[in-house]
Amino acid sequence: MFHSHGTRRSNAAARSSASGGLEGGGVGSPAASSASEGSSFRPSASTFWLLLHGLCCLISLFLGFRFSRLIFVLLFSNTIYTYTTTTTTTITSTRTETLTVSFPLTHTPPIETAVKPNNSALELSDKMSNQGSSHSQVVVGRHGIRIRPWPHPDPTEVMRAHRIIERVQQEQRKWYGVKSPRPLIVITPTYARTFQALHLTGLIHCLRNVPYPVTWIVVEAGGVTNETASLLARSRVQFLHIPFHEKMPVEWAERHLTENRMRLLGLRVIRERNMDGIVLFADDSNVHSLDLFDEIQKVQWMGSVSVGILAHSGGPDRTLLTEDEKLNPPIPVQGPACNSSGHLIGWHTFNSIPYSEKSATFVGESATVLPGKMEWSGFVFNARMIWKEAEDGRPEWVKDLDKIGENGEEIESPLALVNDASFVEPLGDCGKKVMLWWMRVEARADSKFPPGWIIDPPLEIVVPAKRTPWQESDDLAGSKLEQDDRRFTRPKSRSSSKRKNTLPGQDN
Amino acid sequence: MGVKSWILPLLLLQILFGKFGIAELEQHTERISGSAGDVLEDDPVGRLKVFVYELPLKYNKKIVGRDPRCLNHMFAAEIFMHRFLLTSAVRTLNPEEADWFYTPVYTTCDLTPNGLPLPFKSPRVMRSAIQFISTNWPYWNRTEGADHFFLVPHDFGACFHYQEEKAIQRGILPLLKKATLVQTFGQENHVCLKEGSIIIPPYAPPQKMQAHMITPDTPRSIFVYFRGLFYDVGNDPEGGYYARGARASLWENFKNNPLFDISTEHPTTYYEDMQRAVFCLCPLGWAPWSPRLVEGVVFGCIPVIIADDIVLPFADAIPWEEIGVFVAEKDVPNLDTILTNIPIDVILRKQRLLANPSMKQAMLFPQPAQPGDAFHQILNGLARKLPHDKSIYLKPGERTLNWTAGPKGDLKPW
Repeated sequence: MFHSHGTRRSNAAARSSASGGLEGGGVGSPAASSASEGSSFRPSASTFWLLLHGLCCLISLFLGFRFSRLIFVLLFSNTIYTYTTTTTTTITSTRTETLTVSFPLTHTPPIETAVKPNNSALELSDKMSNQGSSHSQVVVGRHGIRIRPWPHPDPTEVMRAHRIIERVQQEQRKWYGVKSPRPLIVITPTYARTFQALHLTGLIHCLRNVPYPVTWIVVEAGGVTNETASLLARSRVQFLHIPFHEKMPVEWAERHLTENRMRLLGLRVIRERNMDGIVLFADDSNVHSLDLFDEIQKVQWMGSVSVGILAHSGGPDRTLLTEDEKLNPPIPVQGPACNSSGHLIGWHTFNSIPYSEKSATFVGESATVLPGKMEWSGFVFNARMIWKEAEDGRPEWVKDLDKIGENGEEIESPLALVNDASFVEPLGDCGKKVMLWWMRVEARADSKFPPGWIIDPPLEIVVPAKRTPWQESDDLAGSKLEQDDRRFTRPKSRSSSKRKNTLPGQDN
Repeated sequence: MGVKSWILPLLLLQILFGKFGIAELEQHTERISGSAGDVLEDDPVGRLKVFVYELPLKYNKKIVGRDPRCLNHMFAAEIFMHRFLLTSAVRTLNPEEADWFYTPVYTTCDLTPNGLPLPFKSPRVMRSAIQFISTNWPYWNRTEGADHFFLVPHDFGACFHYQEEKAIQRGILPLLKKATLVQTFGQENHVCLKEGSIIIPPYAPPQKMQAHMITPDTPRSIFVYFRGLFYDVGNDPEGGYYARGARASLWENFKNNPLFDISTEHPTTYYEDMQRAVFCLCPLGWAPWSPRLVEGVVFGCIPVIIADDIVLPFADAIPWEEIGVFVAEKDVPNLDTILTNIPIDVILRKQRLLANPSMKQAMLFPQPAQPGDAFHQILNGLARKLPHDKSIYLKPGERTLNWTAGPKGDLKPW
């Protein structure tokens, strides 16, 4: 740290020379009278040092750091930065000389222009190497800290970095992800209502982020509507819009059954077109995690995942948990249950007993909406399972799709598609990982919303709100608006004197 | 005959492509071959013989016994190399047939309470050890140490000082002038790097790194990652001295850049984060080498080396320019431009090279030793220097080493 030592020594030298000067002045003048004269002449050098020192201190205080080193850096850079064994003694001598020079005050911050010292250091080292001493081009000592004038990110570079990251992740998926990913076929029953845009937008964005090819079969109750069609057209997901010629009923129980029939229609479409891939039932109000799509690639024929059931009530009713329930709180998950060796032994279902009195019966009622016994969204299967021609390898425990629903019975869950439910594969670490959530939030069936959620033409107030003042109201606790409008709707019962007091600035 | 006429050229083509390590597009790794050829997986057994001197325990076992922290710090290679050689197949008990002689002296095990090694006694320890072997065996005097090798993993190798100016002033210990030095420090045209030295990676605990592995399909979402000091506030508060100002420059230029995840924190998820990053910075500190290189290689994060003229471990076996990114210290302010302008296929190729398990193995010192690890690379390096030139054997009476050279303090017996 010879640099710091040097400056300290030189400052000490300054101080000592200043004090020496004073003492010299005191001793040098023999008489007391001339002592004052002597001390008035002598201090020209010592007071100069003192003033210099004081000025340096003030400037350092102002700048916030000891700038003396900066001065040495800028003025005498070529002798300070290279280390050789010979210059240790000479450096201190040059330091004391520099104190006599008046320093230029630079207003630039200390670090920015410090590229200079390094260059001169390198030049010197070049000279040294030419002289035959095998010095490395890299120089020991204090170097400047290089900062570019605008140390902020450049947007094009940021985009390039993101593309690099994207490509790296694609490569990672190629080598470490799913080996031969199969396309997905997603079946969603929907119908036009207030909350449709909310639910479908979420699902569209989720499907857009899935890294596998997706074909989306949207079955709409009540036929094809412009609402749904416009949402799908903007979705940038490959879709099939299938009409279902029945209107969606208002009761929840009926709605569940209709949705089941809509899903079966979707399955028939797959069967007709011999579409290949993995079939997944995504209800428009469910929320999916992207891990789900990676996990279901593992399915062979039919698999089952755990669904988190988020049954909520419209209002803040608090069902008091019984003691028993407090110890074993009910887990709102529906899915496969396995034994210790990982084989499917049964199903967890949602316990709907606490809600039995208070569940909602029609859509939009502010009460808890209950799921069915087994939600369709918790099951995925290979599309080849429902193809007409018996494919090789298609297991015998699968029922033929045409035979289902023939006699008009209702299909409650996909387990009706199979003869033997024990062949279903439990996915997601045997159901321990919950990757999608079931939720039902709907507005009242008669609630209105702007078509396409576009407000056109601009809104006019056609229905007055309760406190609108342009109705003949006798409330005197009105706002200034009310007072302004008295010009137009002025009841004759008001006295003119009152008006004068309340409206001082108004032109009458 | 018609078939055979095109089989031969095809075979030649195959061999040619294999030799130059062109990417097999079906694999997610790529073979590594440096300037010495495809030597990472060579087996040193049978190519050389090493004789291990039996030194009194005060030179090795007792030192470690006094402070077992030496087994975990980044200079632990000297201890583990000794243990490896004792049970290795290259060891010979007959010194007459040995190609190389190893002196097990632990010079980097005098630790401060904080765990940093003090080098002040190391020259005396080394000198004392050499005196011991030269008086008890004739092999040192035969060549004055030209067929001996020593492990000196400290900051500036055999200069035995942590401060660069003092280290340069001391120079390499005069007694080691002819011996082969195996060290972590490597910088071109530097006093403390002797020609013919073997550069090794610093010791990083393999089990600790293995314990923090995450699945390789975790997507890499951090662009540039670094954790460490930018200003060494204790020794160089204003900056400019530490790391030649390069680390301070990194901080000042990129602290506001969201692509750069750099800070001085010590997170517990350090290893996991490296596995989620594309580039890991390896700037110089007080010395140019750093364990970050080893960590970057093991975790598949492309090392960005910011240290002018550095010589990296096993540089003849590993083509570092193809694996890492080298940035000059003066170019640090433009680091973001440099990194984002690297073509994507170059980046993918670097990741393929890093994914090669022999690359990761070559950087580690596992116990017990495994084929292809750093111990074997050191032996391969020594084997590549064989056969010894006849001129190393001194004529009787010929002496070139000055046993009294160096600072007075070094001459005191230990």
